[in-house]
Amino acid sequence: MSRTAAGWRGNAARLGLMAVPVAFFAVFFAYPVAAIVARGLKAEGTWQLGRIGEVLAQSDVRQVLWFTTWQALASTALTLLIALPGAYVFARFEFPGKQVLRAVVTVPFVLPTVVVGTAFMALVGRGGLLDELWGLRLDTTVWAILLAHVFFNYAVVVRTVGGLWAQLDPRQEEAARVLGASRFAAWRTVTLPALAPAVAAAALMVFLFTFTSFGVVQILGGPTFSTLEVEIYRQTSEIFDLSTAAVLTMIQFVAVGAILALHAWTVRRRETALRLVDASVTARRPRGAGQWALLGGVVATVGVLLLLPLAVLVERSFAGAGLGYYRALTRGDGGVFLVPPIEAVGNSLQYAVAATAIAVVIGGLASVALTRRDAGRLVRGFDALLMLPLGVSAVTVGFGFLIALDEPPLDLRASWILVPLAQALVGVPFVVRTMLPVLRAVDVRLREAAAVLGASPWRAWREVDLPMVRRALLIAAGFAFAVSLGEFGATVFIARPENPTLPVAVARLLGRPGDLNYGQAMALSTILMIVCAVALLVLERLRTDRTGEF
Amino acid sequence: MLLSLRAATVRFGGRPVLDAVDLEVAEHEIVCVLGPSGSGKSTLLRAVAGLQPLDSGRVVLDGRDRTDVPAHRRGVGLMFQDHQLFPQRDVGGNVAFGLRTRGASRSEQAERVGELLELVGLPGAAGRAVAALSGGEQQRVALARALAPSPRLLMLDEPLGQLDRSLRERLVVELRELFGRLGTTVLAVTHDQGEAFALADRVVVMRDGRIAQSGTPLQVWQRPADAFVARFLGFENVVEATVGDAVAVTPWGKVPAPRDAPQGTRTLLVRPAGVRLVPADTGLRCTVAARTFRGTHVAVRLQPEDAPGLEAACALRSAPEVGDEVGVEFDADEIAVLG
Repeated sequence: MSRTAAGWRGNAARLGLMAVPVAFFAVFFAYPVAAIVARGLKAEGTWQLGRIGEVLAQSDVRQVLWFTTWQALASTALTLLIALPGAYVFARFEFPGKQVLRAVVTVPFVLPTVVVGTAFMALVGRGGLLDELWGLRLDTTVWAILLAHVFFNYAVVVRTVGGLWAQLDPRQEEAARVLGASRFAAWRTVTLPALAPAVAAAALMVFLFTFTSFGVVQILGGPTFSTLEVEIYRQTSEIFDLSTAAVLTMIQFVAVGAILALHAWTVRRRETALRLVDASVTARRPRGAGQWALLGGVVATVGVLLLLPLAVLVERSFAGAGLGYYRALTRGDGGVFLVPPIEAVGNSLQYAVAATAIAVVIGGLASVALTRRDAGRLVRGFDALLMLPLGVSAVTVGFGFLIALDEPPLDLRASWILVPLAQALVGVPFVVRTMLPVLRAVDVRLREAAAVLGASPWRAWREVDLPMVRRALLIAAGFAFAVSLGEFGATVFIARPENPTLPVAVARLLGRPGDLNYGQAMALSTILMIVCAVALLVLERLRTDRTGEF
Repeated sequence: MLLSLRAATVRFGGRPVLDAVDLEVAEHEIVCVLGPSGSGKSTLLRAVAGLQPLDSGRVVLDGRDRTDVPAHRRGVGLMFQDHQLFPQRDVGGNVAFGLRTRGASRSEQAERVGELLELVGLPGAAGRAVAALSGGEQQRVALARALAPSPRLLMLDEPLGQLDRSLRERLVVELRELFGRLGTTVLAVTHDQGEAFALADRVVVMRDGRIAQSGTPLQVWQRPADAFVARFLGFENVVEATVGDAVAVTPWGKVPAPRDAPQGTRTLLVRPAGVRLVPADTGLRCTVAARTFRGTHVAVRLQPEDAPGLEAACALRSAPEVGDEVGVEFDADEIAVLG
């Protein structure tokens, strides 16, 4: 009797909910990616798998692989080193301005990679702040890239690790203390093992983001440093060597798949058998010189590493010209663009709103379908599949859109919807990761109580789940919005020249010589940063500590 | 004295949670601190353990001032209210934790873990996962973990709080027997008077961060220090009375008072057993408002015409029905003048 008619109905309903996201991913993700890989590796109707070996044998490709891997490892290690004390401070200390600081550290994460690259350029590049002050330039070294990656991913560690840390019962450590363990020994033997899965999950996320880094490396890497993603872009759009690009795409696909599988495994482990308490009761004011020094150190790190680059960016947008660069944005001089660059703001906002709507619908349906934990291997596989767009080459997706969606019945080449569709792909994973934990946290017995009182499953969902996840839904929408706004890798291929988005416009301006173009890039980046930061600060007011994994 | 707390004071945001508490615990003594939630009893334990710094006062253990010694060097044991077993370690790993911090060798650890699990009635459980234990088993593992390093003073925070009633009643007997056998000095806190009376050599009642009464279970039960303690112990028949020689004037009329009682305006307690039911035409006339079956007796709630309600304990057979009219007489042996 384990498989009753009702049980089958439940499964059928879940499969129905999953159908829309599955179709979306098949058409707008799997198909374009497959199409471009086929284009690269198929000649005269047969697969040229020998190309894989040939490409891998090239020494410059091997060098790119090596650099991609080691810079990702180094970035991850550096991020953990710098951000873990921050996670502790946010989890355990109560201090004035904590809410604001928490929002501040999250701003970089939603900033477009192009802005981050530009900001670091203004800080450590030629004619940058450090150059002016001490003649110090880092843009020819890997340090610029590493620091930019720390800047970006600081929030990932603070949120993922700090979120769990705040919910660990401090009395676990106290229990160790009264059994004779020193403060450090108690942390090492009790807290660290409990945190380990969260640290691993955060590290893997950081590794994933830095392994596939595009905008940052594109701007800061110069001719010397190139990640897989940058190389894919170069091969596709500059050298037109599609077969090499296809092989690189596949390599990245396999690597990302492996990272995501590891991540899913650690997240599942994290869900087991920890005693969690309400995060609001575990923080207290720092006591003693050591704790105040730690807090001071974290605040100083945030100031130097996170705020300074942004401040320099803003300063450069005004430097020497007052509002001149901003005014220049409103003129169409026919140079870089066909239209005044400021129109990119309107384009970006429209695209981002459309992309957010798509991502919320697709991600929301997927989350509801995945709510039940015990839902078997197939569903778990689907869960992992939803994360793939986070890591699969955005460049490939963008180019795939161009060549795959250009003939009936899906001729979208001329349609504006192409851009939001590509951006929504990146937004969906954020929606799912924000919604799913909240949906899963809704006590099953509440639904059962509703059912006993005569509510149909749909009605129970509407009256029990929905009110509880409304905030999470808003937060998910905000994340999707910010991510869409900053999406660069795919958009750079498919945005039409007369309708550039903000990141695309910034990158194009940066690619041109001259103070005016540079200044305009800074001004446009500042605008983009402010839009993202405002979106985030609105979110921060909604956020509770229990929502989401990002 | 093994433990002396001297004028221990802890304030949370200016409000005293422990207010100049003096407390002494002798070697081999079992002391139970009893009080409602918020009375400061858990803070008391945390202060002794070194987990809660004192705002003023001293903690003296075994004649040495330990006020400024950090928790891990105080050498006291503490069993937490919800056990706080380490979920990432198995039963053996939990019990051995305190031994490992003291640098015991592996073989010593294994031997002692086996010994303690035997002692708490879970032989051979060392390899089990903590999450797989029932509430009662977790209780025993937590006890074994706290006992393993042989602390001079063992403290228990609501030791049986989360267990069901029958298990609690059995465990409290086991615990008392075990502590007696090991000669452990114990300081426990609980809000459950039954638990406190069954476990303790001495009971300390706390109220708002201060000690309201201290004495043997019998002393506290027979003569609560004031109206608060009496009501906390579950006594309802507590009133202001004018006590004279062998007689006291109360809202219920004149009742007999103990001969040696202090005279004047006092608080008077009539235990339910001292409220005797007689035919309606003699004594204080009352209506039966409610009756509650209590297993060994029936608690009867009586309402006199114009006086506070009275609680009486009746034998099962002779308990009146709700609405019956009865008379009440008072028994001098069950009347105490407080304070």
